[in-house]
Amino acid sequence: MRTQRIDQAAARLGAETRAAVYDGAKIGHEKRTKLLFDHYADPNRLRELAGEIKQHVVENLDTYLPAVEARLVANGVKVHWASTAEAACEAVHAILRARGATKLVKAKTMVSEEIELEGYLRERGIESLETDLGEFIVQLDHDRPSHIIKPIIHKNRRQIAELFERNGLGAYNDEPQVITQRARQFLRHKYLGADAGLTGANFMVAESGRLVVVTNEGNSRFCLAATRCHIALVGIEKILPRDRDLALFLNLLARSGTAQQLSVYNEFILGPRAPGQPDGPEEMHVVFVDNGRTNVLASSCREILRCIRCGACLNVCPVYRQAGGHAYRSVYPGPVGAVLSPLLLGRRFPEKADLPKASSLCGACNEVCPVNIPIPDLLLRLRDRAHTERVPSPGTPPMGAWSILASQPAAWKVALFGGRFLDHFPRSLVPVPALRAWESSRDLPKWRGGEFRRWLKLRRKRPGAGQSSPGITP
Amino acid sequence: MADDREEILSRVRGALAPLKERARMPEYDGGLVLARSRRDAGDPMAEFAVRLRAVNGEVAADAAALAALLRARGWTRGYCDPALWPGLRAHFGPEFRVETAFDRTRVDDFQFGITRGAGAVAETGTIILADATTSSRLGALAPWAHVAVISRRDLLSDLTQAVAALGSDPNVIWCTGPSKTADVEGILIEGVHGPGVQIALFVD
Ligand code: SF4
Repeated sequence: MRTQRIDQAAARLGAETRAAVYDGAKIGHEKRTKLLFDHYADPNRLRELAGEIKQHVVENLDTYLPAVEARLVANGVKVHWASTAEAACEAVHAILRARGATKLVKAKTMVSEEIELEGYLRERGIESLETDLGEFIVQLDHDRPSHIIKPIIHKNRRQIAELFERNGLGAYNDEPQVITQRARQFLRHKYLGADAGLTGANFMVAESGRLVVVTNEGNSRFCLAATRCHIALVGIEKILPRDRDLALFLNLLARSGTAQQLSVYNEFILGPRAPGQPDGPEEMHVVFVDNGRTNVLASSCREILRCIRCGACLNVCPVYRQAGGHAYRSVYPGPVGAVLSPLLLGRRFPEKADLPKASSLCGACNEVCPVNIPIPDLLLRLRDRAHTERVPSPGTPPMGAWSILASQPAAWKVALFGGRFLDHFPRSLVPVPALRAWESSRDLPKWRGGEFRRWLKLRRKRPGAGQSSPGITP
Repeated sequence: MADDREEILSRVRGALAPLKERARMPEYDGGLVLARSRRDAGDPMAEFAVRLRAVNGEVAADAAALAALLRARGWTRGYCDPALWPGLRAHFGPEFRVETAFDRTRVDDFQFGITRGAGAVAETGTIILADATTSSRLGALAPWAHVAVISRRDLLSDLTQAVAALGSDPNVIWCTGPSKTADVEGILIEGVHGPGVQIALFVD
């Protein structure tokens, strides 16, 4: 079947999974809208402002990056730079090796998935464990997250209960409360036995060097209370100019992502723990990761670097709701992923050039985005790029036959006449595979070809008649 | 990795070089981010209690009420900041076993943890913890119930004030209600890694 790979993935999705993703995404979106509009008279002004601030940061990274580095060093943080995924893995490994660390607990880091850190460390004898409940379940199941902030939106409680049973986390019980309690018990001993804690960063403030990590579960806090070494993997675009900008962004992030006034835990980290504080890291490292971000910066779609990974565009997207996150074959699914994932690949762009086509360009993603990213425009730019670079594209039926018909009136007439037989023709026998594939997930309306011609004929015979055309709405 | 630094920065410079103009930093009034309800907010202490309850947190009226609340739920073994315990112990009966050092090898022995809160935020029902005033990060996190003892004068009105108060403490954390997740079928469950119960106790 010659369809887009994303369509194939969507077609394989089980009904149960599709329903879970659809409902979860829809509820997330509806709560968000209510909260934003209840709380603010003009929430759009906030989104625009946040977008302007991030755009400013993105376009001035050449000054912000050295500035934030200087602040971090002054705060006692060790700064590392990694231009590729491998370099980032190596940097983390080198830090761990220097401490003789063999056990790592992770929280809130999509970059670690992006650079495929777990496998890299495993091969070198280091265990790294996800601590977010959803991510932990994904890791246990050798699965992948399918949503930026709801990683197991595609799983139901029965699947989780079976997974726990298989992994020795207690007899089958699918009560969410029990599942959560079992994870709590298991994971707290993992934190306490770990040598280092790895986090991402939601924001990194240039003027203060403050690293901000936002969670609801408190897992990143546990990493930073139980371990002696904190490593943060930070994408180079995560910067905000000033501390005061945090109020705006934290308000927007919680409302957009999870429809909360404020996330439960907002942690602001300037460096290693205070003298006198018995718990927490004595050593802190920040690894700035490029891994394709400078490609994005150099592209015509640098606006996507404003993204604060709230997940709102996934929840609202009709394609995401139907296809689920795995269909995007990327760490970043949904509308944001459709733009970001192919761009992060740099020269390997064609591998994911189909993703920007997985959109009806309805514009909903732009409307909900807390940093006002014009995602539909960016998708169009990427489609154009795929076209210009002549990336082969399955799934678009060849237009040759159409052009012959359209340019020869006689052939057209015959085709119109023949068209009515389509209503009685079994679709599975359509000889063109691309058409068959297209048809398999869509219903053709009844054939109505030729009505316009009939109307025109009538009108020519009796001028004034046929003012309202039969069945043709302009 | 010094090479990576140079490589990244030069690629950033290269990517930005063609821009004729760079987006400017917009100026804005901090009041813009205050939610509608803030504009006519009343007594901050009452507002804090309402907001904390809205996220399933609780306020204890005084030390005696706190002890009664803990006792009623059968939580008698806990940790307390050594600096706070002398002021509280009179209200706690002999059934309580409270330790003033948090022994991390026995995390499951502590049902509650009492530590000092550096402040609170009325707008959101948030409790602020900072390294300088928290006697143990783990003591405030691992037990099922966390009690933050906060000076009334440290109650802030809104998040813009809370951001302004971040200061130079190496670690500040805002806690807004108990630890929670909705990862399993979107159902809200409290007490994932941190406290399942969050209590605030205000003192003068
Ligand atoms: S693109 Fe916008 S809406 Fe989508 S995750 Fe990023 S910030 Fe959120």
